[in-house]
Amino acid sequence: MNPPPDEEDSRAAPRPRVPPTEAVLSEPSLSDLDPVADAADRWGVTTTATDGGTSTQDSLDPDNYDAVDVFSGGALDLRDGSDSCYKCTSCNTSCPVAEVDDSFPGPKFQGPEQWRLKRKEDQDIDESIMSCSNCMRCDSACPSSVPLSQMHNEARGEYVAEQMSKLSREYVRNRILSNYRFFAGIGSKIPRVTNFITGLGVTRWAGEKLLGITSEREFPAFATETFRAWWQDRGGAAIENPDKRVAYFHGCYSNFNTPEVGKAMVRVFESFGYEVLVPPQKCSGTPMFANGMVADARRHAETNVRELVAAIGEGADVIASCTSCSLSLRQEYPELFDMNGIDDLAAHTYEGLEYLRIHEDLDGALAEAAADEDADSYAYHAPCHARNQGLARQALETFRQVDGMTIEDVGDSCSGISGTYGWKTEKYDYSMAIGEEMFDHMEAATGETGMTECPTCAMQMEHGTGYEVRHPLEVLAETIETAS
Amino acid sequence: MAITSDVLVIGGGLAGVTAAVSAAREGADVRLISHKHSTMQQASGLIDALGYLPPTGDDAELTPTAGRTGAMDQRATPEGPLPEPFAAVDRLPEGHPYRLVGAEALRSGLALFDEMVDSYHGAHTDRNALVPTFGGSVKPTARYPASVAGGLASDGAPMLVVGFRSLAAFDARQVAGQLRETGVPFSVAGRELTLPAGLADDMTPTRVAHALDRDERLDGTPARAALAALIEPHLDAVKGGAARVGLPACLGDERVEAVCEELSDRLGARVFEIPMGPPSLPGLRLSDRLYESLDEAGVRYETGNPVVGVETDADGRVDAVLVDRKGTEIPYGADGIVLATGGLVGKGLDSDREGVREPVLGCHVPHPAERYEWYVDDVFGDQPYARFGVATDERLRPLDAAGGVQFPNVHVAGATLGGADVAREKSASGVSLATGVVAGRQAAKVAATGVVG
Repeated sequence: MNPPPDEEDSRAAPRPRVPPTEAVLSEPSLSDLDPVADAADRWGVTTTATDGGTSTQDSLDPDNYDAVDVFSGGALDLRDGSDSCYKCTSCNTSCPVAEVDDSFPGPKFQGPEQWRLKRKEDQDIDESIMSCSNCMRCDSACPSSVPLSQMHNEARGEYVAEQMSKLSREYVRNRILSNYRFFAGIGSKIPRVTNFITGLGVTRWAGEKLLGITSEREFPAFATETFRAWWQDRGGAAIENPDKRVAYFHGCYSNFNTPEVGKAMVRVFESFGYEVLVPPQKCSGTPMFANGMVADARRHAETNVRELVAAIGEGADVIASCTSCSLSLRQEYPELFDMNGIDDLAAHTYEGLEYLRIHEDLDGALAEAAADEDADSYAYHAPCHARNQGLARQALETFRQVDGMTIEDVGDSCSGISGTYGWKTEKYDYSMAIGEEMFDHMEAATGETGMTECPTCAMQMEHGTGYEVRHPLEVLAETIETAS
Repeated sequence: MAITSDVLVIGGGLAGVTAAVSAAREGADVRLISHKHSTMQQASGLIDALGYLPPTGDDAELTPTAGRTGAMDQRATPEGPLPEPFAAVDRLPEGHPYRLVGAEALRSGLALFDEMVDSYHGAHTDRNALVPTFGGSVKPTARYPASVAGGLASDGAPMLVVGFRSLAAFDARQVAGQLRETGVPFSVAGRELTLPAGLADDMTPTRVAHALDRDERLDGTPARAALAALIEPHLDAVKGGAARVGLPACLGDERVEAVCEELSDRLGARVFEIPMGPPSLPGLRLSDRLYESLDEAGVRYETGNPVVGVETDADGRVDAVLVDRKGTEIPYGADGIVLATGGLVGKGLDSDREGVREPVLGCHVPHPAERYEWYVDDVFGDQPYARFGVATDERLRPLDAAGGVQFPNVHVAGATLGGADVAREKSASGVSLATGVVAGRQAAKVAATGVVG
């Protein structure tokens, strides 16, 4: 079987929007990123942004999905959720931002209370919604299943589209942060030069002064070869197997920054006899949701849904290595967008380790494995977004069975970075205050190597402790290889 | 099916954790799944066993609908506070969970709790302790956090109650007044103070707790010293000077005992906590501690996804439950199942105008077909709905409408069980512990022997 079409093949200079069927093969165009673009045009709607992020302009095929008005009933009307809230404050107690930021009123206000306020009158969204980091911990805290993060995403989308100045530094900065893939796509073409430039003090200084991107953090280095380039050089899948097929959603970070995670995914899945597909794909939308850039997220979602649904049609399940990517495809997509096949995609998406634990005898494969006792001690942090998928303990349970390996949970706190949140100058101190508990627990743990599924949690763990941080799939690939 | 265990516990509250640890101690390989954080985090953190004996419905005047028939005025008040919980078990109505599993199960449950949670007091005696609540009443309870121990109402030491003006749910003057009204054997006064400078006026109890836990500097002064300095001038508000000082339960998280000790040293008076409603620090601490003991017992657990379906064989035996992982239903197989999903508050029971259901496995929940028979007008009266829940046999297996065992390898524990009015009896935690221990053992036995009949 031929390798799937690779967007790297057809990278062209930025060009105007192309019809969606071709858009998949193009890089994001600069016009997609015009920070002063008219909001209504962005959204493709003229009245309200809280239509679930549907747009009329960028449609794939208008017959395939319908715009949903959240305020007049339908699947995205969240008023029922407001009424399910009995004000137990579990969400506020679970909120890492409210814990350190006294000005943040917490998820109970952002969610059910804001929705009640908006019930009848034309009430503005409170600007504090922009301080929510979208960690989504409130979702699993709520005993009444109030759709808190969905409420937050809707409110934030409306606030950004209707109330935030498109000329403000905050808007431009947030747009840049949430479109990491766009800049990474350009920067990774000349990784050494980019790494040199982003490593310069002056670059970080300018980022802080001009954009409000903290100079405290080092920009992540680009790999000299992206995952997709490696995949293409390799000639694609090494195994063909129509009965066991997975489509890998590598996301932006394992493509541009940590291709070793993607390569580990391929090694592990091929060792279990899977044929790995690598469909064309864009950003999962996670950083865009967190910054209220719902239209951007939707544009990327069109590609992802179409391509991944096609892979599902070929018998594949979709595997992500980043738990925020998998959460986005599984939860935020169906909550915020109405596209053909979106529920199928949610139902077929898994995180990598999760999938193997369900479908393979991982315990058996690891029973023969042995770890190097000196090297293999890990301080594991469960990302908030893994927590919401019920995956907070999977790495611990898996690796504890490996003879000689030590893995300790560094607690249930949030790492504090929440994707783009900790990159914002005005949030940096809060981000580090949230992370303090995790840093302490990492220092107290035996292992001096970190482990987590989330690339930005990994950044924070490294930033706070100086530890090297690895992905469970990397460790799994190595461990399985010791057994064979 | 890759996800299997000997025993699967559904529900992550006190009953579920107890059942899981109990099954693991019997040698079973145990997995616990919980949809959301447990309502245990909102509870007071007190472990009540049995504090009151409500009048039963033997008297026609006291039938469930007595409120509407005018009998309300004659309603007998519950007997209590009971000096100790065990002797009264046999006087509870038939079908009460304690009647099914017996007083010995309650002892076993409390003993297991004592092993899991070493920071609690009360294990030295069978007798109930009397703990002041933030409503100013005195609650009979079997186990209580060490930080609460200084406040026992059986102690004669003069008490100062301190509240914070911004914490509207707790009014120290009202607490003190109510305690006096109750006739406590000590002098008591209440003072409402402003939080130390450096803490915002509308600070949440969790934020105050963490400031004290870490002894953060507030306007240059460490939080514990700042709080002690604030209270010190008011010690004489009580006749003879306060020998103990009660504060709302926000005196720390992981290090609450150190905080209480330091405050006590600085004030020369025992500082203790009065349990609060949510956000409840004692509830959060208890939950943390119990999950640590799950881990210590080798129980695998996960939170975040609901059980949405069940696979049974021809005999009604549950082979697997289906967990909805964001749109995909994944079977979790087990030999023995414990259902501990909570009651009406914890969403282990669901109701609408048509009826009352157990939504996870679909266990039968006996209740009157006529909705007007579900409640009485007297809010604090003998509410029939308070006793709604799954009926079981003595091994805690759920019974169907005809009285037969509905799922032979399922054992029900905690608030999902019917027959107890735990709010009036002050028995919620004890019911969870007693039935959790039994359900866990039974499930482990099913897994070990393969025999369900």
